[in-house]
Amino acid sequence: MKIFKDRIFKFLVIFLSFLTLTPLFFIFYIILKNGLSSINLKFFFSLPKPPGEIGGGILNAIAGTFLLLFFASLISIPIGIFFGMFLYEFKEKKIGKICNILIDVLQSIPSIVIGIIAYLWIVKKMGHFSAIAGSVALSLIFLPIIAKATKETFEMVPFSMIETSLSLGSSYPRTIFKVILPISINGILSGVLVGLGRISGETAPLLFTAFGNSFLNFNICKPVSSLSLLIFTYTMSPYEDWHRQAWGCAFVLIILILILNSISKVGLKKWKVKF
Amino acid sequence: MESKILKFENFSAGYGNLLVLKNINLEIFEKKITAIMGPSGCGKTTLIRCINRMHELNKEAFHKGDIFLNDKSIFEMNPVFLRRKIGMVFQKPNPFPHLSIYENVLAGYIINGIKLKREEKDKIVEDCLKKVALWEEVKDKLYLKGTQLSGGQQQRLCIARSLALNPEIILLDEPTSSLDPKSTVEIENLLEKLKDNVTIIIVTHNISQASRIADYVAFLYLGELIEYGKSEKIFTAPENPKTEEYLSGKFG
Repeated sequence: MKIFKDRIFKFLVIFLSFLTLTPLFFIFYIILKNGLSSINLKFFFSLPKPPGEIGGGILNAIAGTFLLLFFASLISIPIGIFFGMFLYEFKEKKIGKICNILIDVLQSIPSIVIGIIAYLWIVKKMGHFSAIAGSVALSLIFLPIIAKATKETFEMVPFSMIETSLSLGSSYPRTIFKVILPISINGILSGVLVGLGRISGETAPLLFTAFGNSFLNFNICKPVSSLSLLIFTYTMSPYEDWHRQAWGCAFVLIILILILNSISKVGLKKWKVKF
Repeated sequence: MESKILKFENFSAGYGNLLVLKNINLEIFEKKITAIMGPSGCGKTTLIRCINRMHELNKEAFHKGDIFLNDKSIFEMNPVFLRRKIGMVFQKPNPFPHLSIYENVLAGYIINGIKLKREEKDKIVEDCLKKVALWEEVKDKLYLKGTQLSGGQQQRLCIARSLALNPEIILLDEPTSSLDPKSTVEIENLLEKLKDNVTIIIVTHNISQASRIADYVAFLYLGELIEYGKSEKIFTAPENPKTEEYLSGKFG
């Protein structure tokens, strides 16, 4: 009877695991089927053709995505790390506990709301859509991820390391920057990569900020496109060829996210500081 | 005549409501090995953690009385500078996992942001590793992470790390309790050599270890200093019956 129960349980676990993964395989299948045929060098390195014409590529979206990710990182990585340090340092104080809750709240704000906020803050003030507005919107999503990753990896550093550092006659701030931070760097990095994967797929915050641009643009004060925005616009369009390109773009985006996540998983093992 | 380097004066310390050390009066002699002994929970570790003011890291910690280093109260000194004069080696070997063997020896300089020339660095590393008898074993792999060494080697590396700052005193908190017998003997031999240049205070549970290496022995029981004196005297003719009971293994 016991063996029978064991088997039933085992079967259920395996069956439900596969059930969970089925949609994922399905998504991969569809994207591969529809997107792979669009992928060629020209697709990566040319700009979109005017609406209705066949051909063209997604260079504007690729460049835009990297521009947005770059500036979002520039804003959120330093602030996020410092905020994480603050959360770690004050974790037992009231202010730290409140901030810890607030960062969770920030993380749970719907991304469309963040887009509207960035619109009010920046787009309205500047008078036009811009890459920097998009980056700010993305960094609001990115920042709590980094802050939490920093806090959590800091907490995993054994107290003996802090003690040892202090016993060598170093001040507490130096201990944080020269001991705890370097020991935690792998955890923070993997948080950064996971966060990048997360924000590279965000569309809603970019709708009213980065807006989209069918030309190549590296000026952060002008609108840019992104992979996710391009998918959105192309899917909404009536043109058959743009639908095909949207699938191709989805394929590229999924691969990008997959790469970021795998680096963070592999890196987490490889760069891990062993005690 | 031996000169005194450290002096406890009516010193008490504890955490919160718990009084761990009770009115300790103790003088430590320069360039000798002083062993602090006693059963678990008698305040040995608290005692040595007070010497480099690590005790204060605990928010509930308090102390009364005074400790003098070369006739100057340590509580009037900046703890950061005090700790550069008084090195500490912990129970578990704990080289910094993000630093190489080479950098671990120099950790005190690296973390404190003290810039050294390449030759000075090489010299310090070689000298300190030679002092702890580790140089021959690691001289070809100084770039390896400190944590890749064996337990005994790691502990010697930690001693080298504290020696690199040229401390006046080294505090060792049961440095061999997590090591195998061979590494233990190596560390004991090492301490005997080191005492020519530095005062050593070692907390130990191991009675035979104390009898092998210590010049002076302090016996603590329930936070009180029961007996203190030359180790030959303590081990052969202890004055206090409690000391004798402890040494003969009646409790511990």
